[in-house]
Amino acid sequence: MKKAIILISLTILGVYLIDIFTGIGFGTQHFASGVKDAYLIGSKETLKVSNVVTSIVVNFRGFDTLGEVTVLFLASMALGGILYKKRHDVGERSVLFPSTRIVMSGAKLLFPSIVLLGAYVFIHGHLSPGGGFQGGTIIATGFLLMLITYRNYSVSHNRLSYVESFAGILFIGLGLAGYFINNSFLANIFPAGKLNDLFSGGVIGIIYVAVGFKVAAELTGIIYTVLHEKD
Amino acid sequence: MEKYLEILNYTIYGAAILLLLIGLYGALTKKSLIKIVLGLSIMDSGVHLLMISIGYLKNGTAPIFSPGHENELAKMVDPVPQALVLTAIVIGFGVTAVALALVIRLYKHHNTLRIDEIKNLKW
Repeated sequence: MKKAIILISLTILGVYLIDIFTGIGFGTQHFASGVKDAYLIGSKETLKVSNVVTSIVVNFRGFDTLGEVTVLFLASMALGGILYKKRHDVGERSVLFPSTRIVMSGAKLLFPSIVLLGAYVFIHGHLSPGGGFQGGTIIATGFLLMLITYRNYSVSHNRLSYVESFAGILFIGLGLAGYFINNSFLANIFPAGKLNDLFSGGVIGIIYVAVGFKVAAELTGIIYTVLHEKD
Repeated sequence: MEKYLEILNYTIYGAAILLLLIGLYGALTKKSLIKIVLGLSIMDSGVHLLMISIGYLKNGTAPIFSPGHENELAKMVDPVPQALVLTAIVIGFGVTAVALALVIRLYKHHNTLRIDEIKNLKW
């Protein structure tokens, strides 16, 4: 009975949504292209950043990204708070069976290249697809691999929080520097450079490196907290 | 024939809305807490796909001025929904992480994951 009601209301919702979206149309220019063109031209001409999504995320809507990073920080803090336990009460890592020699040597071999790939992705965030969040996630997967392969591999929580705080302070510090030099929070304070150059876009590359470190530290902290849950 | 091709154009919208509805259905009807969190996560993917496909242009390219493609401005897809979805993915991740932490806590407290067996949740 309950399921029938839910199904009927979901069907109504689906038909309504499909009606709306067929009205919008697929694959055509259906927004006034003012915003899109302003972002595309502004990114190419004034910021000299080739990846427009990056320039929107870090420069045009940089304040939004600061909020996003704060939400991620709050999520990792809330996770630590919910799963809080005293220091000597930290359990054995909940890995069910020890890994074989092949997995161990494979993980050791792969770990540096995963970290390198992550660093590449966030350093080249303004030139190619990718950026701070993606690169940070890749680095965190490397740590996840090490943590589930080796039972006694541990990450220093203090060091993670140092990295995280330093990256956050760098982000806010760059924003404040923009405020004092160019009268606007997160304004560009470095020369824009040349399109498709590694040192282009001024402050964008530095902010994305900071975001990459911050996301990597936060995700590694989350993984570490959850893996050390005692059952 | 052309009418059917017309429908094919909306396949992505249909798939995205279907994902959204599947997620909502799972979150509303399933009894296991893990499945509810999974449902919310599937719903998230549906919304992301929907937002990305709104910005799509036919025969469009990625909004990146890579070497040799500097003058294809008119062909580029809308970058604004992509930037919004990038934000939404991160927020969705945070929500899922906190929800799963709460599930772990509830499991320890009640020794069960089924919401119909956790009496305190009834009102």
